[in-house]
Amino acid sequence: MTTESPMVRLTGVSKRFTKGKETISIFDHLDLAIPGGDFIAVMGPSGSGKTTLLNLLGGIDRADGGEIAVADRRIDGLSEGELATWRAANIGFIFQFYNLMPMLTAAQNVELPLLLTRLRSKERASRVQTALSVVGLADRVKHRPREMSGGQQQRVAIARAIVSDPNLLLCDEPTGDLDRHSADEILSILQLLNGELGKTIVMVTHDPAAANYAKRILHLDKGRFVERELAA
Amino acid sequence: MNDFDLVRKNLFRRKLRAVLMIVSILIAFMIFGVLAGFYRAFTAGEDRAAADRMITVNKINFTQPLPIAYYNRVRAVEGVRQVTFANWFGGYYQDPKNFLMSLAVEPTTYFDVYRSEFDVPPDQLQAFIRDRGSALIGESLARKWGWKIGDRVPVASNIFSQKSGGHTWDLTIAGIVKGKADHIDTNFLLFQYAYFDETRSFGKDTIGWMILQTTSPENNDRVAKTIDAMFANSTAETSTDTEKAFGKAFAAQFGNIALIVLLVVGAAFVTILMIVGNTMALSIRERTREIGVLKTLGFSGPRILGLVLGESILLALLGGLPGLAIAALIAMALRASLANVAPAFALSPVIALEGVALMIALGLITGIIPAVNAMRLKIATALGRG
Repeated sequence: MTTESPMVRLTGVSKRFTKGKETISIFDHLDLAIPGGDFIAVMGPSGSGKTTLLNLLGGIDRADGGEIAVADRRIDGLSEGELATWRAANIGFIFQFYNLMPMLTAAQNVELPLLLTRLRSKERASRVQTALSVVGLADRVKHRPREMSGGQQQRVAIARAIVSDPNLLLCDEPTGDLDRHSADEILSILQLLNGELGKTIVMVTHDPAAANYAKRILHLDKGRFVERELAA
Repeated sequence: MNDFDLVRKNLFRRKLRAVLMIVSILIAFMIFGVLAGFYRAFTAGEDRAAADRMITVNKINFTQPLPIAYYNRVRAVEGVRQVTFANWFGGYYQDPKNFLMSLAVEPTTYFDVYRSEFDVPPDQLQAFIRDRGSALIGESLARKWGWKIGDRVPVASNIFSQKSGGHTWDLTIAGIVKGKADHIDTNFLLFQYAYFDETRSFGKDTIGWMILQTTSPENNDRVAKTIDAMFANSTAETSTDTEKAFGKAFAAQFGNIALIVLLVVGAAFVTILMIVGNTMALSIRERTREIGVLKTLGFSGPRILGLVLGESILLALLGGLPGLAIAALIAMALRASLANVAPAFALSPVIALEGVALMIALGLITGIIPAVNAMRLKIATALGRG
């Protein structure tokens, strides 16, 4: 236990979806606290609310009730514009299918979040170079996504997620589309970001091997954390 | 990289599609530029018509003559500052294909009425007035044929003949007339009515039309009514109107040019609007996931709106500007051969500005629906995570 306020705090969060006349409750008064510097793997069956949890933490979906705070800032009351600004500064997203812009080079893809800052071109280039070096792709700056393997594309996506130095990385099945070797590389990079750079990471995964790279594993089922265990 | 680079790269991500859209927009703006140039050329007379100048013609039709006796009677009308007259000559040089815009005019008053448009050196004007067999030519015409003062030019008519049976009048160039502004056409030849009237085989003592200048535009209505009433129930009733109205009626004999331009340009633009609008919508729909990613990274809705609109406006400009440039080249190439029909045919700066405004409007119209949809797009939906 730590006396510091957690990096992520969910208090009594509820979330429902309506499909036709039917309303499905995903979360009902869900509570969660994730301390800064933690690396959590969230596992659970399809439909258990894993992705919805990431959406709520990243401010790309809204809860129907309860409070969500990240780094002591309540985000559940922010407007769309405020959320966009907040996301740009505080959150790094890593998706299963990389989601890189196909017409941009690796460097340009990584630079995208920096277009939202007031940084000058030279400083942006320097940060992009650093981020690509962290993921081991300093020599691939001018390659386009189609010229890279899946693992390399995901590393570019990680560089894009960390280039603006966010506190919280949200990863949705980051190795779901990769072979074991590439997956291990990606997970090692995430471990490095957590261990060396102190990034707080919440990773949704179906893969137990991937989950073992985390410090903690949370099992989510029917909108509730049913089991908590330390990673091996 | 900046937002413009992002817009540019998005636009050209499918090069063939982008090029085809650009070419179709280019053709639409080329048509616009050429037709607008024609329209302006035909209505140029209206634009530069002086407010205090009026034209009196035969009420039946402006091609029908008026008795020259009307001239002195109109001079005496209260509110008339100056009157002059002219007669269409239907001239050509050497070959009927070499049409000359030529008029037989009253030499002492003609340039008084048109003093705000034309500049004639006083000594050349005096030489013209003194020599009944002389002519004044506009500097465009002088340039076209390489004529200079003192040259003797045979000018033939496809309407009139001389009493001697010939169709050609030999005229000595007494002076060269300059326009006081660039847009004023100087592709004409003027010679003395007295000489023309004395030598022609028919139509003696008649004139084509009178040009009068009133003491003030406020008097125009009263002067027109007085003149037309004066000749009512005569063998040659008159119709007096402002120069602007006359110019409009003159242009109308070629058909409703404005309507033709509007219909052709309108048809081209509606087609382009549908093609580009549909393609833009398709293009943005294909990028739904990427828009979701941009929003996830922190791009705000209005910024996404700006990126999409920027793309559609850039597309319109990339097609439209070369289209206008080609229209300008066409106008330059055709100007000499159309000098007699539409001497002011050109892609003027006003048309260019209207074209740019039209490009921006086209960009906004074709881009606004996909842009608003992109702005409103929910991230979870875009990423297929809802």
